[in-house]
Amino acid sequence: MITGNLKASYAADERVFDNRNKWAFFAASLAVLAGMAGFANDYVILVACQMGILLIAVVGVNVVTGYTGLISLGHAAFVAVGAYTVAIFHAGFAGVIPDGLMALIAIPVAVAVSALVGIIVGLPSLRVKGLYLAVATLSANFIVIFLIEQEAFAHWTGGMVGINTPAPDFFGWELDTKREMFVLIAALGVLTLLAVQNLFRTRVGRAFIAIRDRDYSAEIMGISLLRYKLTSFAISAALCGLSGALFAYFYARILPEQFELALSLELVAAMIVGGMGRTMGPVFGVIVIVMVPEVIKSLFGVATGGEASMAQLLAPLQDIAFGLLIVLFLLFEPLGLNHMADRALRAMNRWPFAR
Amino acid sequence: MLSVSDLHLSFGGIKALQGITFEAKPGEITGVIGPNGAGKTSLFNAISGFYTPDRGRVAFAGRDITGLTPDKRAELGIARTFQNIALFRGMTVLDNIKLGGHTRLKTNVWQALAYFGPARREELAFRAEIEERVIDFLEIDHIRKAPITALPYGLQKRVELGRALAMRPKVLMLDEPVAGMNREETADMARFILDVQEEFGTTILLVEHDMALVMDICSHIVVLNFGQQIAEGTPAEVSRDDEVIEAYLGAAA
Ligand SMILES: Nc1ncnc2c1ncn2[C@@H]1O[C@H](COP(=O)(O)OP(=O)(O)OP(=O)(O)O)[C@@H](O)[C@H]1O
Ligand SMILES: [Mg+2]
Repeated sequence: MITGNLKASYAADERVFDNRNKWAFFAASLAVLAGMAGFANDYVILVACQMGILLIAVVGVNVVTGYTGLISLGHAAFVAVGAYTVAIFHAGFAGVIPDGLMALIAIPVAVAVSALVGIIVGLPSLRVKGLYLAVATLSANFIVIFLIEQEAFAHWTGGMVGINTPAPDFFGWELDTKREMFVLIAALGVLTLLAVQNLFRTRVGRAFIAIRDRDYSAEIMGISLLRYKLTSFAISAALCGLSGALFAYFYARILPEQFELALSLELVAAMIVGGMGRTMGPVFGVIVIVMVPEVIKSLFGVATGGEASMAQLLAPLQDIAFGLLIVLFLLFEPLGLNHMADRALRAMNRWPFAR
Repeated sequence: MLSVSDLHLSFGGIKALQGITFEAKPGEITGVIGPNGAGKTSLFNAISGFYTPDRGRVAFAGRDITGLTPDKRAELGIARTFQNIALFRGMTVLDNIKLGGHTRLKTNVWQALAYFGPARREELAFRAEIEERVIDFLEIDHIRKAPITALPYGLQKRVELGRALAMRPKVLMLDEPVAGMNREETADMARFILDVQEEFGTTILLVEHDMALVMDICSHIVVLNFGQQIAEGTPAEVSRDDEVIEAYLGAAA
């Protein structure tokens, strides 16, 4: 028996950080993030920002697909909606709303608009499941990109050439360096993880899981499929919208092609590699999905001896290597990295008495 | 409490229910019996709202609920268990039981995301309640953290009863609660069903093939055969009925 897990009260039993190891892990993570903000070099900050932005979107996909069981291949659309809402909001209200308040309003507006679009895109989930829903959401992705690219809307969206967003400014604190952006992204990333974890400690999150596990049983428990499927889509899209808002600020210029199917697939891949329906899954998944291409790139760099023509020739191989890695993952660890981490932690808890 | 009148239901050519009419009296245990394929589960599905009857109506506490979706009926206080256990297999016993409380909890999305405050208060009060009213009551303290898949069949049935009880239902429908159980497990389950009736005053509808159990604990019995209601009355009346005897002998032969 692992005595560290005995609880004295129901309140103690309901805690997320229900043992010392988890608290230590959480505190250490915060310390690492704070340390990075202070001391990491620019390259690390850049990669960490990419991860943070992606993380928030993957957490969103995890809510609807991992926890609610509704497959979506269109979540890049919500990231696009969030990003474009922020960009257009800044363009539209420049000079009307004071600079120091702009981001504080633009970000919630982007989140809300994305949630709304999420509800609309989620409507087919009331009638279809599985592959059909995947196709329906995929189409939504195409439609959103198509609309953004339209000449008729180019006045607002910038069409094919994209649109710029100024650095966010909170009451005069302008986040005009990547390092400052990192602070914002890291803070929102941690908050997102905590909020979503909270969701699954209550009836709302339990309802999502119930729908995933057995929808008719969920209904007999009084869970309205209509309401909860759409709620799940709304939360999920809202998080992608938040990710999109940060995306717009971080990259300053956004283009429609950044939000196409490739991004939707990347989000889903990160979720699967990390572990579907697990709190920390997206964290693991995003680290892998961002790091691996970087590692492969540098390996290829070494292999080609830095020769440009050779590197160009081998470029497609990088994508193949990456794809292969994900397939191998699905074959050998379908439950994701979170599951591997669980096993490792359990072994550590019991060591040296058992393995 | 719960009544069905002139209920008709068919699947293509199969007439699963043909004019079923009866009432489950408040606080009593009403048995629904009949040979395999008689239409008992179909009747439950029509009452839960999974099947829309071709004709007839279902009423709860005097209100016509024929047009309501299953979740709306659950909100009114109609709970059930399934013939082939329909627990959430990915979850623990405790989480399954917590799901039973869905309609009684009020936490909204915003409170859920924040957790600290109203959501936490509600969750902790609810946890204390189900620990007493469900987990202690059904004597499943030792398995509350166990995943469903790790449990033997008899315990899974008990957990499913627990999930229904967490709703604090006014009407509880049990579809073959002791099927596949050994004698000891059956006796336990019978005791739990009687305890539910006695302690919570729940109106119970019971589908069961175990005749000894049905005759023992039901005060009123409805007999179905090929979708038709062939008899209704007290256990003594029903067991004397010629048509009932023939239906059962016919099925046995
Ligand atoms: N969804 C369905 N589609 C087609 N036919 C169905 C469906 N559900 C039930 N039936 C048919 O309706 C009839 C009644 O079935 P039902 O499951 O209600 O019987 P039952 O009394 O519960 O039997 P058992 O004791 O075996 O559980 C059967 O002939 C069955 O094949
Ligand atoms: Mg049946």
